[in-house]
Amino acid sequence: MNSQFGRRLASAAFIIGFFLLWEFLCAALNISDIIVPKPSQVFVTLWERMAALWPHTIQTLYTTVVGFAFGILIGVFIGVVIGSSKLAYDVAYPLLIGFASIPKVAVVPIFVLWFGAGSVPAILTAMIMSLFPIVVNVATGLATTEPELEDVMRSLRATKLDILWNVGLPRTMPYFFASLKVAVTLAFVGTVISETVASNRGIGNVMMIASSNFDVPLVFAGLLILAAMGVGLYVIFSLIEGRVTGWAHRKDDFAMM
Amino acid sequence: MTLVKPSLLSHLDAFVELENATVSYGRGEKTFHALAATNLRVVQGDFVALVGPSGCGKSTILKLVTGLIKASSGQIYVSGREVGALPMRVGMAFQNPTLLPWLSVRDNVMMPLKIVPPFRQEYRAKRNNEFRDRAEALLAQVGLAGFGDKHPWQLSGGMMQRASLCRALIHDPQLLMLDEPFGALDQFTREELWSIMQDLWISRKPTVLLVTHDLKEAAYLANRICVMQSRPGRIIDDTLVPFPRPRTIEMSYLPDFVTMTQRLRELIVAARTTKEAA
Repeated sequence: MNSQFGRRLASAAFIIGFFLLWEFLCAALNISDIIVPKPSQVFVTLWERMAALWPHTIQTLYTTVVGFAFGILIGVFIGVVIGSSKLAYDVAYPLLIGFASIPKVAVVPIFVLWFGAGSVPAILTAMIMSLFPIVVNVATGLATTEPELEDVMRSLRATKLDILWNVGLPRTMPYFFASLKVAVTLAFVGTVISETVASNRGIGNVMMIASSNFDVPLVFAGLLILAAMGVGLYVIFSLIEGRVTGWAHRKDDFAMM
Repeated sequence: MTLVKPSLLSHLDAFVELENATVSYGRGEKTFHALAATNLRVVQGDFVALVGPSGCGKSTILKLVTGLIKASSGQIYVSGREVGALPMRVGMAFQNPTLLPWLSVRDNVMMPLKIVPPFRQEYRAKRNNEFRDRAEALLAQVGLAGFGDKHPWQLSGGMMQRASLCRALIHDPQLLMLDEPFGALDQFTREELWSIMQDLWISRKPTVLLVTHDLKEAAYLANRICVMQSRPGRIIDDTLVPFPRPRTIEMSYLPDFVTMTQRLRELIVAARTTKEAA
């Protein structure tokens, strides 16, 4: 318990130290605001323009979360299909890798062409960004189920669905949550890319306009908001993960539940 | 039990029967015969051990009887019907305990009740009382009373293997398949589990097929020992084990017992050398 508290303290000190160092270097090296603003300036900008930034923050969070939710639904579905059949795995994987390799910035114009500028392309971009890590992890988790475990289930005359539900999916949970933590940050990347290219709302759009006005502190304020939201969602999924997959880490407090 | 010589058992006596069953993989020149034409009859409630060198098809026989693999030719009957034709209750335990780490020991033991009819239909209603008590009683019988709420990783190897035996028995299987279940345990734990296994068999009398490398284990537990040879796998010897029950570890040092295990050992060594000479 004590060492855990100590580690948290060290982590907080590290974050504060990072900003202090940044502030110090900006002052010492006399760096212009237009290149890198001081963190103090960024925080002041953030505070003063909060009212204006707030709706954009909500917009970005909304499109990201919706896109991410679709990413999870579709990702788990594709992952289960691919992971539970050797045939599907072999057949579909090359195409999937092909899709995954496409730079997502390149598809935003296509989405805009189809759906117009605004929320829809942002949601779709967030979705396809978060899709692939989820598919790959769920499929891997299912495909690597121990054959002996399947033998036990099959000797009980368990159906494919029984095995999937009682063995495959629970076993895949640690892989799934590991992928969620990667995917949620990617979903933010997707949203911001889309907002930057084609939207008049959202943090990405704010940063785009701010940088064309050389309002660099506002650009950094946008980055800070994105980082904070990313950390927030990451923490939420880590907490759920600890609850659901404590067994994979052999946590004693999980055993007590 | 089998006091009749195995070769004299008739089709009518047999609960498990392999009739000219073969298993081979691949085609043409590269065909690999895992099991040559094999005949085996096992009466209900018997305890049969299959011993032999690695790759002699011992596990193949278990998988055939459970219906996990299909015979390339020949027939396999259980309880007078062809395997797979009729749902039958089978329990299995392997060298690796294969418990599910996300479930408590009790939920692991109860898993078959969740899958196998007729328990399956009653699972929701009974999992918190009747089935739970049933699992606890079985756990107590193998010396795991009070461990039901633990998770598998909190148990030692021997304890996990006991829980695995409980899982194999919870649904009162007619057939129990044991594939080297004590292979990864230390000598003392293994002997302890032999005694537990014997008690479980005496109290429930399932038909057991045990695959093992340990001749002492075979002679301690089984009523009948089939020695197998590899490439192609086939049964070369079939012996009754006459020692009275319940057997004890001390008995395994008596001359008759030692003579028997020595004879089995020589058979297997001979089977290995002929293979290498060929």
